[in-house]
Amino acid sequence: MHDRGVWPTDTPIDRSEHELADWELLTDALVGLLGDEGLMNVDEMRRGIESMPPDDYEKASYYERWLLSAETILVEKGVLAPGELDSRLG
Amino acid sequence: MSDHDHDHDHDPITSDGEPTAAARAWALEALLVEKGVVQREDVRRNIDRLVSRSPADGARLVARAWVDPEFKQRLLADARAAANELDLDSGPSPVVIAVENTDEVHHMVVCTLCSCYPRTLLGPPPDWYKSLPYRSRAVSDPHGVLEEFGVELDDDVELRVLDSTADVRYLVLPRRPAGSEELTEDELAALVTRDSMIGVAQPAAPAPA
Amino acid sequence: MTFQAGDRVRVAARAHEGHHRTPGYVKGKQGRVERVFGSFTNPETRAYGADGFPEQVLYQVCFAQGELWPSARRNARDTTCVDIFEHWLEAE
Repeated sequence: MHDRGVWPTDTPIDRSEHELADWELLTDALVGLLGDEGLMNVDEMRRGIESMPPDDYEKASYYERWLLSAETILVEKGVLAPGELDSRLG
Repeated sequence: MSDHDHDHDHDPITSDGEPTAAARAWALEALLVEKGVVQREDVRRNIDRLVSRSPADGARLVARAWVDPEFKQRLLADARAAANELDLDSGPSPVVIAVENTDEVHHMVVCTLCSCYPRTLLGPPPDWYKSLPYRSRAVSDPHGVLEEFGVELDDDVELRVLDSTADVRYLVLPRRPAGSEELTEDELAALVTRDSMIGVAQPAAPAPA
Repeated sequence: MTFQAGDRVRVAARAHEGHHRTPGYVKGKQGRVERVFGSFTNPETRAYGADGFPEQVLYQVCFAQGELWPSARRNARDTTCVDIFEHWLEAE
C-alpha cells in the first residue's frame, strides 16, 4: 500500500493545506525523540507503517500512521506492554 | 506561537466511542513521560523547533545561487556544504542535492514510498506532497500534475522526476525570473516559493517596475 | 563500487518480503546510472533492529519515462530518477 507508484490513479490532487494540529506536532516531536534515543529509527518506523492493514493505511491520516507505527515498534521493543496504550485511553 | 502547556489532562475526544488519534497521541506522551523515556521539556523544545521551520533557508540558497555563479556551482556540487557556508542548518540527511532547472530540464520531486522531503531547508511538507494521489501521479502522470499546478513546459524540455527513495534529499533550484536583474538578494529570495523548490511551480514574477 | 555514472543497469525483478526501498514500478526496468552517492546503511536490515551494516552503495538511476509509463503523456526526453541500492542493480 505504501508503494504508491504501483497504484495508478486519476484522482486530482487536493491542494488545500492545514496547519498541523497540536497532536500532530506532538507526534512528530515524540518520533524525533524516540529516534534520538535509539528506540525507533526511521527504517523501523517506515516498516511499522508498511505493516498496517491496507485499508487502515489508506484511511489513516499522515500522522495517524506515524502514531500507529510508533505504538507497534514500542510494543515490539517492550517499551510499552501490549494493550497498555489502549488501557490508558479508558 | 501557542504557549501550549502539556501538564493538564486531555480528555479523550471520542467519536462513535472510538478514541481519536489526538487522544492516542496525548496518551502516548503521558506514558512515555511517566516511564522516563522522554522529558516534557524536550517534547516542548522539539515542537517549538517544528513550528519555526519555513522555506526561508531554501530560498536564501536559491537567491545566492542566482546572483553568484560560483556559489551556484558549489551548491550544485554539495548543497549541505553550501548551506553551511551561509550559516544555515543543513539538517540530518547525509546528502542533500540541489538540482538546477534550465531551458532543457525541469525537475520535480516526490517520495512515492512515504514523504521524504528536505525539511530542514523547506520546513514541513505540504499535505498534498504527502497525499496518495501526488505520490502516485508524480511518477505516472507528471505532466498531468504540473497542469493541475498551472505549469506548462515546452515539448523539448526534459521533465525529470526525482523519487526520493533513500538517504538523499532533493532541492530544486528554479530558474531566475525574467525582469529580476535589478533586485537585491533579499528581494530575489522573496520570489522563491516553496513549491518552486519542489518543482511544481515557477518562482513568483517580480513586481512590475 | 560496481557501477559508474553512465553505466546501463537493470533493476532486479525479484520479489522481496518485508521492508525495502526499491519501488515496484522500476523492478525489471532498464535505466542508466546518473550519480554515485557512496555507501549507506541498509534499510532492509535496519528496519528490523539490526545496525544496517555492511553499508551498500547507493546510486541515482534514471529511466526513460517511456520505459516506465508507455501510455502516459510525456515529452520525448522525460525521465524519472530513483535512488537505488547496489544489491538491486544488475549490469546491462
